[in-house]
Amino acid sequence: MIPLTHYLILGAILFAIGIVGIFLNRKNVVILLMSIELMLLSVNINFLAFSHYLGDPGGQVFVFFILTVAAAEAAIGLAILIALFRNRRTINVDDLDILKG
Amino acid sequence: MNIDLNIAAALPEMILATMACLILLIDAFYGNRYRQLTCWTSIATLLLVALLAASDISTQSDVAFGGMYFDDPLGNLLKAAIFLSTAVVFLYSREYLEQRDIQSGEFYVLGLFGALGMSIMASAGNFLTIYLGLELLALSLYALVAFNRKSDRSTEAAMKYFVLGAIASGILLYGLSILYGLTGTLDITGVSTALANSEVNNQAITLALVFIVVSLAFKLGAVPFHMWLPDVYQGSPTATTLYLGSAPKLAAFAMIMRLLVGGLENFHSSWQEMLVILAILSMGAGNLIAIAQTNIKRMLAYSTISHMGFFLLGILSATETGYSASLFYVMVYSVMALGTFGMILLFSRRGFEAEELSDFKGLGQHHPWYAFLMLLLMFSMAGVPPTVGFYAKLSVIRSVLQVELVWVAVVAVLFAVVGAFYYLRVIKLVYFDHAEGEALIVESPVANKVMLSINVLALIVVLPWMGEIISFCTEVITSLAG
Amino acid sequence: MQNLVLATPLVCLLAALVAGFFGRAIGRVNTHRVAIAGVAVSFLLSLLVYIDVMGGSSFNGTVYTWATSGGASFQVGFLIDELSATMMAVVTFVSLMVHIYTIGYMAEDSGYQRFFSYISLFTFAMLMLVMSNNFVQLFFGWEAVGVISYLLIGFWYKRESAIFANLKAFLVNRVGDFGFLLGIAGVLHLFGTLDYAPVFASAPDKAGLLISGWHQWEWLTVICLLLFVGAMGKSAQVPLHVWLPDSMEGPTPISALIHAATMVTAGIFMVARMSPLFEFSETALTVVLVIGAITAFAMGLVGIVQNDIKRVVAYSTLSQLGYMTVALGASAYASGIFHLGTHAFFKALLFLGAGSVIIAMHHEQDMRKMGGLRRYMPITYITMVLGSLALAGIPPFAGFFSKDAIIAAVHNSTLAGSGFAYVAVSLAVFITAIYSFRLLFMTFHGETRMDDSVRSHLKESPWVVTLPLVILAVMSVISGALFMGPMLFGNYFGDAILVLPQHDVLAKLYQDLHHATGIDLRWGMFTHAIQTPTFWLAVAGVITAWYLYLYRPELPEKIKSRFEWAYTILDNKYGFDQFNQRVFAGGARNLGGWLWRVSDMRVIDGFVINGTAQTIGWLSGVVRNIQSGFVYHYAFAMIIGLVVLMTLFVF
Repeated sequence: MIPLTHYLILGAILFAIGIVGIFLNRKNVVILLMSIELMLLSVNINFLAFSHYLGDPGGQVFVFFILTVAAAEAAIGLAILIALFRNRRTINVDDLDILKG
Repeated sequence: MNIDLNIAAALPEMILATMACLILLIDAFYGNRYRQLTCWTSIATLLLVALLAASDISTQSDVAFGGMYFDDPLGNLLKAAIFLSTAVVFLYSREYLEQRDIQSGEFYVLGLFGALGMSIMASAGNFLTIYLGLELLALSLYALVAFNRKSDRSTEAAMKYFVLGAIASGILLYGLSILYGLTGTLDITGVSTALANSEVNNQAITLALVFIVVSLAFKLGAVPFHMWLPDVYQGSPTATTLYLGSAPKLAAFAMIMRLLVGGLENFHSSWQEMLVILAILSMGAGNLIAIAQTNIKRMLAYSTISHMGFFLLGILSATETGYSASLFYVMVYSVMALGTFGMILLFSRRGFEAEELSDFKGLGQHHPWYAFLMLLLMFSMAGVPPTVGFYAKLSVIRSVLQVELVWVAVVAVLFAVVGAFYYLRVIKLVYFDHAEGEALIVESPVANKVMLSINVLALIVVLPWMGEIISFCTEVITSLAG
Repeated sequence: MQNLVLATPLVCLLAALVAGFFGRAIGRVNTHRVAIAGVAVSFLLSLLVYIDVMGGSSFNGTVYTWATSGGASFQVGFLIDELSATMMAVVTFVSLMVHIYTIGYMAEDSGYQRFFSYISLFTFAMLMLVMSNNFVQLFFGWEAVGVISYLLIGFWYKRESAIFANLKAFLVNRVGDFGFLLGIAGVLHLFGTLDYAPVFASAPDKAGLLISGWHQWEWLTVICLLLFVGAMGKSAQVPLHVWLPDSMEGPTPISALIHAATMVTAGIFMVARMSPLFEFSETALTVVLVIGAITAFAMGLVGIVQNDIKRVVAYSTLSQLGYMTVALGASAYASGIFHLGTHAFFKALLFLGAGSVIIAMHHEQDMRKMGGLRRYMPITYITMVLGSLALAGIPPFAGFFSKDAIIAAVHNSTLAGSGFAYVAVSLAVFITAIYSFRLLFMTFHGETRMDDSVRSHLKESPWVVTLPLVILAVMSVISGALFMGPMLFGNYFGDAILVLPQHDVLAKLYQDLHHATGIDLRWGMFTHAIQTPTFWLAVAGVITAWYLYLYRPELPEKIKSRFEWAYTILDNKYGFDQFNQRVFAGGARNLGGWLWRVSDMRVIDGFVINGTAQTIGWLSGVVRNIQSGFVYHYAFAMIIGLVVLMTLFVF
């Protein structure tokens, strides 16, 4: 059986990749959305692993909710993205700097 | 396992959810024919649920839905405040939205769902309910920020808010998952007992704690997790800024009380130090950067950041006095935020946003009454006695003094003085400068004017009852459930 | 008794509100009727309270609890004992006199109603200050009298100099208030309450308690010194005295009421009230003693070279406040309060008399343009003579008893610095006599030096002006002899003032006097005085003034040219103003100007002339650049924050 720590390390690595993806990527906003999704999924791995090893179903229920919310979040994110594209004709992250200071 | 549902405890939320769906339909079918219908039904709904929540404040603590939902005075008080301030937001925004030809129906529906999310946060007894309430609020807010979808700024602000907000909720979930793994439960009371009884890995708890504190700091806008706040405040339609600036702070307080105090109070020495850092950075950076602003919404955003720093002072003292001081502070703050952004809305009209500080020059000559209200607001924000803002600052500073963090109190007072500068600058513009170009015009309906006056005057009229209010806050905190 | 004490200040408040809000509607005559009626009722009530208290009753209680939080409560409460009852009587009496006098003095002013409203309000605030039974209300009264004082200094707000004086008073008093507030904070921290009674009760237990981590300093010493800084601001002690002479820009009745008789004595009152704290800190007492002695001596000297009639009286006020402070420092609180009372009478008299002269001279205040006025205004002249005799400390006038008691008390004191203080206050007696009689001689005697047009209009002031003069003159003559016995040596103050046995200089004085005569204390005082230099110094001062200003009037000019340097120092008032102007105001301005040039700060241009504000503004401009507008920077900042918190707390 694969020990718990392996799952946790996998979760941590995926989480880190998600976060790093957000601030290293300076091109496309869509990649930001993907990075966010990756972060949420890594948390899901954590919850599932704990739930399994603790023998408590609560964690798995939580994961279902996270998935649902993530879907709604993606929907809203894409909607904003489209509104942004209509206004600017670009979805380049570097161009989002009207508001500053 | 015997699950006690006790559904009646969540009556306000259920009514609100049903009504929000109904109002969505009403707006879809009748919205064009009766323009104001959606707004007034929304306000009526909010007043009804506020009344329900308020009537429940004095009853004793109770749990419902098998411990997932707390029915206690704190939750009910915060809910009543959240509903009321949302109703005021709707009232102030009505004219603004119409003048800009924004499809206003969705604004109210999203606002109602946001309020629902906040009230769930206020009563949450489980990580899951906290998370769901939080996301319901956050998703409504993303949409509300982007509400003026033809505007560059509005969409840019929404995108930034969305990305950073998603990171914050990811961080929160990560922290919660570790906590879940360590304690084996998602229940806040369960977590608290598990942490008190068994021997848990201190380092791992602290790790989870860091993640949770960071996400809370993001919600509040504490430095260095504040970056979204000025852009979002400035970019959003002012109606959204008003919404964003008032009720969600109350909800954030609820979340802090549930997570940090309810669940992790045993580790208060750790989060106390974290909050000291955040509070000082927020008071410092917020007050400093606000001075250089020319846009009043942006200036108020930085002022919010500094206010959240002060607000954290009460929490970090980790005593009942401290919590009640913070409760008092956050309530006073939301009244002040409603007043100031309401003032900006009042002077905005078709084709003109009263957003620049220079727009307010010479207000004293043309509108002495509103100039006076502005004076009161700025005094209260700056913490000048005898406004309520002063007592709010005083009570949080006293609570840190009580736990002997004298240096923190000194720093706080220092930054309060720095902060007074830019508030007084607004007063200077209002009273001592002459208007550039044409003077401001007030086109708002009478109801807005009356409500705004009541709202602002409340900052000084409640003074004789100060003692009662503060002791009421203490009572509410002492009877915390869980 | 509660209703009685509650009504006393409220009557004044009511009068102030009516005069302020409806003054224009009810007209000038009705306004002064209302205001005077209010203060008169208040005075009568104070007398009732006074008689009641002297009969042995006292009152200490809360009238209204405003807020309670975290153990500390904020209340409106009154402590009526011998000390506050005396103060109430003095304050309302002088205020009543000034109210009556104002009818004549302000007759032609357009701000008539506003003025009455202010002075009634002032009386209210001052009463709240002296009657308080807790620090919060004390602070309220303290600030309220301050605010009204600023309003009144700038009463003629169209005058540039009045606005400047008013700003100066404001700034200097802020320094004092800062200390005072810190002192109150210290009291709250040390005692956990802000009510007088429990604080005073537990003061002996806290004596000698050191501030943790700060080993040389006792808590009580620090608290007392901070409170005294507040008193220095309000009671104009060196070096926070600079605002008082300039406050003469206000109308003369104000100079009499606020800047001589009542408000400036608030600091003295406060220290006397806090005697149960000060008694336990010899360090604080020594500081009080020395500061008072310096003020009494140095400010008196400046008075000699002033030519503006009001400024002479103003510097004399500073000097006399120094005397009171010295008395406090020597633990002779009773004699400090005694001098406060007699001084209130004769100084109000001198100010109002000066005001009467100013009316007659058509608002000319330069004494060099006066002279020989006694023929034109006999009543003013006679009352002024009585006032000056009292001020100079010639027996049997009021000032003699109170001042001589202070000097004798200092002589008996064993504190460090008491030797210096004794010399300073003794010499100051000589100086006091010189400047007060110089004023008298230059104004009322000698040849007339004014224009013919002014001279032809010279006449005695109307009865509303002279009546208060006469009443005050009577008080200046008799009050000393009348109250000396009980106030200084009897058990007049009861428990209101605490003096430790080893500090009790007045008891020692009593023994001396008793031994000397065995019978009458007043006679004893007199015989005591002629055996000490003080009395002879006073007489010598009067004679010197006569010699210099009447007998050989050309002599002062010669002395002036001979001792040019000394004259310059005094004429510049030791350079306090210039120092403040250059170092504090100028330094801040230069720093600000420099920052202005190196950084682009259009945003906050010209709002505050304060260097600090500009530094912060510049910093603000730099820091805001962190907010770059790029979302990946924002995310990066969050992650850095997360990582920093993790490294700090987890690893």
